[in-house]
Amino acid sequence: MPIEQTEPRIRRDPGFPVAWLIAPATLWLVAFLLLPLLAIFVFSFWKASGHGLTPAFTLENYQNFFAVEGFFDPQHESFLTPSIFLRTLWTTFRFTATVMAICLLLAYPLAYFLAMQVESFKWQLTLFLLVMVPFWTSYLIRAVAWLPMLGRHGLLNEFLMSTGLVDEPVSFLLYSEFSYTMALVQLYVVLAVGPIFFSLAKIDRALLEAARDMGATSFQIFREIIVPLSLPGVAIGMIFVFVLLMGEFATAVVVYGGKTSTTGTIILNYYGIANYPFAAVNAIMLMLAMMIGVIVILRLVDIRKEL
Amino acid sequence: MARSSPERRRRFRVKVGLSIYYVMFLVFIYGPMFAMFVLSFQGPRGGVTFPMRGISLHWWAALLQPSIVGDLRSALARSLILAIIVMVITAVFSTMLAMAFRKRFFGAGVLFYAIMAGLMVPGILLSLGLASLLRQLGLPPAWWSSALGLHVVWTLPFGFLVMMAVFNRFDGRLEEAARDMGADEWTVFREVTLPLITPGIVAAGLFGFTLSYDEFARTTLVAGAQNTLPLDINASLTQRVQPTLFALGTASTLFSLLMIAMFIAVYTILYRRSH
Repeated sequence: MPIEQTEPRIRRDPGFPVAWLIAPATLWLVAFLLLPLLAIFVFSFWKASGHGLTPAFTLENYQNFFAVEGFFDPQHESFLTPSIFLRTLWTTFRFTATVMAICLLLAYPLAYFLAMQVESFKWQLTLFLLVMVPFWTSYLIRAVAWLPMLGRHGLLNEFLMSTGLVDEPVSFLLYSEFSYTMALVQLYVVLAVGPIFFSLAKIDRALLEAARDMGATSFQIFREIIVPLSLPGVAIGMIFVFVLLMGEFATAVVVYGGKTSTTGTIILNYYGIANYPFAAVNAIMLMLAMMIGVIVILRLVDIRKEL
Repeated sequence: MARSSPERRRRFRVKVGLSIYYVMFLVFIYGPMFAMFVLSFQGPRGGVTFPMRGISLHWWAALLQPSIVGDLRSALARSLILAIIVMVITAVFSTMLAMAFRKRFFGAGVLFYAIMAGLMVPGILLSLGLASLLRQLGLPPAWWSSALGLHVVWTLPFGFLVMMAVFNRFDGRLEEAARDMGADEWTVFREVTLPLITPGIVAAGLFGFTLSYDEFARTTLVAGAQNTLPLDINASLTQRVQPTLFALGTASTLFSLLMIAMFIAVYTILYRRSH
């Protein structure tokens, strides 16, 4: 006679099977994230033919990226003139770095205010949401919205004239580095506020209280406790802003009148003239620059405890 | 220890200063949108900057005529349908993934970074890669296939992070209790887990809907022959800018705000009910 098992069944693995839970999303990511990136990598070694791509293995596209205008070319007079593509990548990076710095300067005090100075949780959430709302609206339209502000008869000029700072309208406001930087800051600063706010809000208030009881001044508390503990949030916010800015291409057209190009616009232009391999090379170079940037940020700050 | 009064006064001043700064910040991020809103009511002979030459609905009326920036109404309809599909997929995938990440499993680290990569890789790169891949394979891109694919890659990390946060605070003992009483996995999910995480699912859906509705970079090369609303807006930018564009921008922004308010309202109601 079989012995009836009276012990309760031991559930070694409660819940739905992991494989089923992750399968759909994993397949989706393979199809729409991994394959496109792989395609860029492979196509960057292919040849452009009249109306598309021909399989090949050539480094010609990479050579064109670097070698135009005599870079690495001893015969050329302007030996060290980098190609337009390298210079564009550099410009893209320069704008990105400037905008990142401004975003950090603007976002930190704001996040500090929300996390440390607003006491009621309800208000904290409301004021935070108010800052976040633009992130959920169209960024193209937010870029367009700068047009009436800038320009010769824009609101900023009117304001400057009414305060007597300038006598006649200044022209550097629209279609200039100034307008471009300003619009980018306004578009992306919100992304820096979020992570910094979260890391500040997580700081244990007892720590600050203890430091205060031991006689630390507000500034000491800020420098020795708040800043170090908020660094992971700063790093995450800066990574967000960095990668999105490096991939930026539409804003330049709207508020800079297309006077500058970013690597993003170059990619679009070469896609437009059906030179897919060269668009791919620019994309690879952009990715490389971004990876280096992200690694540098991660080197400076250890964000692992935040994830 | 009593705190010195100068110290307290100083902290008060910091607080007032930062409050003023907060208001200025709001002016900075909302000001341009407000100017656009006002200028959309520009008189028929006015231009894209101040001063206003009268007040009219001229440019709003022009919006309804089909010739300005293409077929605006169909573009809007396509954007809405796409946003709703993305919302549903984002909510479902995020929930499933976050449930999987409650356990340890092989490849969890790789999958985590793959999900986050959707946030880090610029949209233009994915558009380029997918568009040239489809071209090489001879498959036509379309807003409901290839653009949908890239949109979900972008919205998924946001929804996933929301759901991870939800499950971090989730009390697994509730499910254990239901299992001990003999409930099967589906019953546990339907009766215990789902009601508690519904507010989170709504929040994940908010990201899915709003981010997809406005997405441009991940639509531009992969939408095929038919435009979504952001593509139409971009196309109208290449023409001479007219106040019609401001009317369109205002309408689209108001719609976004309405959707956000609706999501937050639903979230609040569900949150109150589940706590």
